[in-house]
Order: sequence, then C-alpha cells, then structure tokens
Amino acid sequence: MKNFQGETLSWDLTDGVLEVTLHRPPCNEIGLHTLGDLERLAEAISALPDEIAAVVFSSAIEAGFSAGADLGQLYREMQGLDKPARLAGVREFLERIHRALNAIDAAGVVTIAAVHGICFGGGFELALVCDLIVADRTARFSFPELRLGLVPGFGGVPRLKRDVGNATVRDLLFTGRSINATKALEAGLVSQVVGEGQALRVARQTAQQARKFDRETVRAAKRFVKPVPYAELRQEIELFCELFARPAVEESLRKFVEGAGVLPYLP
Amino acid sequence: MRRTQFFGYNVTTPMPSRSLDEITAEILDLAARQFRVPRAELSAGDDFFKKLGIDSLQALDLLTRLEQHFHIELPDYELQGVSDFRTLAERIQARVE
Repeated sequence: MKNFQGETLSWDLTDGVLEVTLHRPPCNEIGLHTLGDLERLAEAISALPDEIAAVVFSSAIEAGFSAGADLGQLYREMQGLDKPARLAGVREFLERIHRALNAIDAAGVVTIAAVHGICFGGGFELALVCDLIVADRTARFSFPELRLGLVPGFGGVPRLKRDVGNATVRDLLFTGRSINATKALEAGLVSQVVGEGQALRVARQTAQQARKFDRETVRAAKRFVKPVPYAELRQEIELFCELFARPAVEESLRKFVEGAGVLPYLP
Repeated sequence: MRRTQFFGYNVTTPMPSRSLDEITAEILDLAARQFRVPRAELSAGDDFFKKLGIDSLQALDLLTRLEQHFHIELPDYELQGVSDFRTLAERIQARVE
C-alpha cells in the first residue's frame, strides 16, 4: 500500500521515500487506533522492499512529535475489568506494539524521525525505533514513566541503551526530566539539530541522500550496526507487566487522567 | 563565555556576570515576545503560568528558549515549586557561568 490515510497517521510513497505523518490530536497519543495504524505501516514497509529506500516520520501536530501512550484510553479500558483481565489486556497491547515497532526497527530501509516539540514516553520510543533523529530547536525528549510507577513499555530502554551511554539512560529514567535538542545531540541521541520548523525539510534531504546507496548494502550494514535487542525487549515487557500489576499504578493513572497533577508535562 | 578575536586567534573570555535583575528582565522580555503579552504588563513577582496563560506544555517551550538564550541546561524538575519570574531567574542565575 503506497498511500494510506488513517485515523491517526497517513503515509505517501514518492521516489522511494515513504513519508509518514502522525496527525492524531491532541499530541499523537499512542492508543489502540495508533497501534492499528502502526501495524498497517509495518506491513506496508515489508510488502514493498524494492520500492522503499527510506521512511521519514514527522508530526502534523503543533505541540510536538508525540506525547506518548494514550493514558486516558488505558485508564478507561481498565475500568470494569478485574485484575487478570487488565493484565491480559496490557500484555496483549505490549506484544502488538512491540511486534510493530520491532518490524520497523529491523526493516531494511533507512528510517528517520523528524522531531519537533515534545517527544515523550511512547513517542520517544517511536523515535528511537528510527535509524536517525533530526530534531528542531524546540524538541524535548523524556521518559516520564517512573512518575506513574512504570518503566517505558514500548521498547524504549533497550533502544535508548543501544544509542547512548548508560549514565544518560539513568539520568532520563531516574529523574523523569526532559532534555532539549542540544543536550540530545551531545548525548549522541540526535544526529542533527536544526532551526525551528526545519526538521521535516532536513529529514527529507537526509532521506534523499540515504536512498542513493545500494539497497542490499544498506540492509546488510543496518543488520550489522543496529541489531534489534530482542531479548531485552522481551524482558522489558515482563518488567512492565510486573509493575503494572501494582495498585499504586492505577492510582497514579487516575491522578494523571483526572488532572490531579496540574502540570502533567513537568516531572 | 564570550568568543572574540585576538590578533587573529579565537579566544574565549568570561562574560561579565549578570545580576539577578538583569536576568529577570531578560526572562520577562523573552516571555513577552514568545507569548505575545505586553512587556509592561509583566513583573518579577508575577505567577508566570497565570500571567502568561500557559500550561505545562508551553512552560516547557519557555524553558527550551530560556536554555538557548542563556546557554545553560536547566532540568525541568528545577521548576517544581517555581511559579514566579524572579524565582525562575534565581534558578537560571545559579547555572549561568
């Protein structure tokens, strides 16, 4: 499928570059609908191996790339379910999102995330799936999950460990703070920092550069330099489910969703 | 630090340290421009969330611009309990060289 207009994201294939645009208000929160669209995207990428050389992800939402998991939907889905059913539901969601993101991570194409504004939690995890991150000056990256008594569940920790030093991983996880694009560049997380509003343009240029090279060579090089940490990703799912079972998590979710935290985006 | 040229060589020299009042004024100028609020309506003791009419998302945007302006890194958890411009200026002054 070379073109797709979904509820949460759309894509268009032109000259070997698949441009994926996230467009779910308020800030591309990742819930069941986004999961479905990501699964379709993973299928489309694998179905067109000779036609796609690069994939560029960007957001049409002014506030940023993505605010992360749709915690509101998660909380609502939990209501009325007993504990085993809740855990089963969360596990199923995680298994599905991991399959989709793992497929994109391992795809034999160059993937580029063009990030502006907030790139938090699950949104940060989506960006980390990509080979390159181009960030504009407004970009901020964060893993706030510990605030809810959880860890990142979409593969963020193994992928972040793949890209940056463990001290940076600990800083982000244990403080829940956000870092700006300059700090992310210094940490080796981001490959380019560009002017406000320029991330997509630069990502497109980068994709045009990347598509010049022999596809088989790119695939071989990618397998060599960017292995997918399958074992650790599996461990992350188990750890997330173990933590999610704790009563404190539901209370934290309730407070977040009901706005008891007045400043939800500050740690 | 300030970068200048000395007989063709690039050198860095310490910036003169800014007073708290100077830093506060720069924050007010930047906030007024970014959120299109008349500068004359802002003062150091104002609650910036209420005065600027911003939420936490916009506060992060302000933080990013302040970090760029002052060439500092200011962890956002330092904003806990900070709601007025003057206290924000104190946090920033502590990190400015």
